[in-house]
Amino acid sequence: MTSKESILAAIQANKPDLLPLPEQPEFPYDSNLTEQYRQSLSLNGGEAREAKSLKEVTNHLQEHFRNSQMIVSLSEKVAGNFDVNMADDPHELEHAEVAILEGEWGVAENAAIWLPEEKLHHRALPFIAQHLIVLLKKDRLLGNMHEVYARINVEGSGYGVFIAGPSKTADIEQSLVIGAHGPRSMTVFLLD
Amino acid sequence: MKAAPTHAAAAEEFLKDSERSHWHDETLWHVRSKRDVSAQKIPEWEQLRTLASQIKDHVLSNLDNLLLQFEKKAQANGIEVLWAKDAEEHNEHVLRILEENQVRQLVKSKSILTEECGLNHFLEDKGYDVVDTDLGERIIQFNKQVPSHIVMPAIHLKKKEIGDIFHKHLGTEAGADDPKYLTEAARQHLRQKFIQAHAAITGVNFGIAETGGFVVCTNEGNADMGTHLADIHIACMGIEKLIPRAADLGVYLRLLARSATGQSITNYTSHFHRPRKGKKMYLILVDNGRTKQLGREDFRNSLKCIRCGACMNTCPIYRRSSGFSYNSTVPGPIGSILSPGMDLNKHSTLPFASTLCGSCSDVCPVKINIHEQLYKWRQVITKEGPPQTSKRWAMRFGGQVMSKPRLFDLMGKMARKSLSISPRGFVYNSFNAWGKHRELPEVPKETFKDWYRKNRNDDK
Ligand code: SF4
Repeated sequence: MTSKESILAAIQANKPDLLPLPEQPEFPYDSNLTEQYRQSLSLNGGEAREAKSLKEVTNHLQEHFRNSQMIVSLSEKVAGNFDVNMADDPHELEHAEVAILEGEWGVAENAAIWLPEEKLHHRALPFIAQHLIVLLKKDRLLGNMHEVYARINVEGSGYGVFIAGPSKTADIEQSLVIGAHGPRSMTVFLLD
Repeated sequence: MKAAPTHAAAAEEFLKDSERSHWHDETLWHVRSKRDVSAQKIPEWEQLRTLASQIKDHVLSNLDNLLLQFEKKAQANGIEVLWAKDAEEHNEHVLRILEENQVRQLVKSKSILTEECGLNHFLEDKGYDVVDTDLGERIIQFNKQVPSHIVMPAIHLKKKEIGDIFHKHLGTEAGADDPKYLTEAARQHLRQKFIQAHAAITGVNFGIAETGGFVVCTNEGNADMGTHLADIHIACMGIEKLIPRAADLGVYLRLLARSATGQSITNYTSHFHRPRKGKKMYLILVDNGRTKQLGREDFRNSLKCIRCGACMNTCPIYRRSSGFSYNSTVPGPIGSILSPGMDLNKHSTLPFASTLCGSCSDVCPVKINIHEQLYKWRQVITKEGPPQTSKRWAMRFGGQVMSKPRLFDLMGKMARKSLSISPRGFVYNSFNAWGKHRELPEVPKETFKDWYRKNRNDDK
């Protein structure tokens, strides 16, 4: 008997009678989504800003990353200074200072933004960059996780990730430190 | 197999350093309080717990079919699926994959399953340098320890000690203990390891049967840094980690991080379905005692565990005795019902490391009846297990007293008298397991019975 067969046989011998799978719940979410999103991201160590126009994003870049050598933008709305198509291998992104991405959905309850592989070019990009900027249209905000899973198709992408804040750790005496391995900051611009 | 030191004896060690044990207790209680605040923000919290438990009920009752569905879908996605009936076979699979792909450098993110299987030691014996990349795990790896908590692996260490460890291994300044500074040093060190690694090993939080993919949750982003840079991804998954549908993640992700640390979600929740172009992804499905536990009706529910750690943070015994005292990969209340199932002789004292207060069951996001199972293990062990120490004696004696009302009254009178005049050393001695590190309540002047009689008479 292969291991697979013996494991399956043991399960068949030991499992209880079939119990029903409950229906997926719907839990309506009524809050001001933009305000709730802002609060949730702040609790996770990031910052959300409502932006009337893209000018605010470029101003932000000017202010904080004027001298950055490697700004990788995957948004047509905001220019970076490094063409991601030049990087065949994710290792070439090692010195990326800023990654600018467009989120597909945002979740107000926990600040998670759904980023399927197609929005990343390299899966490593939002992790290897020192700072992360995400653009999200306000009408892409949802209340909770049930709502977002009802709209996305996780197997449609080889990889997809919810990012809800910068890389963080509290492994030393439970003191929160932002910037464990990945981004040292996450800024989300909520666009009209 | 040789019995491990009893839980009480191991806890004694930890309690010697009273400053540390006090800090440990308070810190974990603080995490528990954060969990409460976070849970209270969700009006449907209790409904979510019920759903999470029912979904797992279905999974356990249909595990064979769901595993087959999962395997088929995963294979269609281009993931190579392997089965391992025990730890040894799991480790052999990993070794073979590394050899076949001529991997020399590998990084690993947190996986309690690989701890359970002893993978690190196994690979190190074969000459591999296994780099744990979760900060807490890297700390204890340097310190040649195992995790003392499933979510906060280095919670038993103080920053001063971590500073010393980093000074020795990473060349940080002697005496430096600022968490920010130390984390930055680890970041620089581990970044090099990520860049160089050929293979990345991760655990799995949830396997999705209907889509053949799996989900990994981290706050540091270390699982992603590893897997997206390396050519080979090996994911190790206990067979009970399966859920039927992707949408079920909505239920579990709302519960998991809130229960663990009070966060609304981990900052990274990664869904893997296919390897990167030209790269390889392996998934190892591990039994290692799980199908046996499935057959134990009284203990089956323990397989619902999503490893949030809430039962540890709330447990008055865990908080005061630390994870090491349990001497098992998963410590705390849930470890005390899982481990006896793996090796009853070795872990026979664990079900007694509890006050049966039920706090663990109250916080468990998948509603495992932990304290009831602890009680059931006690019954099993008292019947067939090894005799255990003074506590059992005290219980037998207590049982006799309780069953004889006259004797009970007399003993009560004696105790009230003698406790109030006894020197502390007499009460808190080494023969009284209950007196250690506990203050007895003040002795009432009269019994409840006396009080009741008097007050009832007054009423008349
Ligand atoms: S038993 Fe429940 S509370 Fe304890 S770690 Fe598992 S899921 Fe969390």
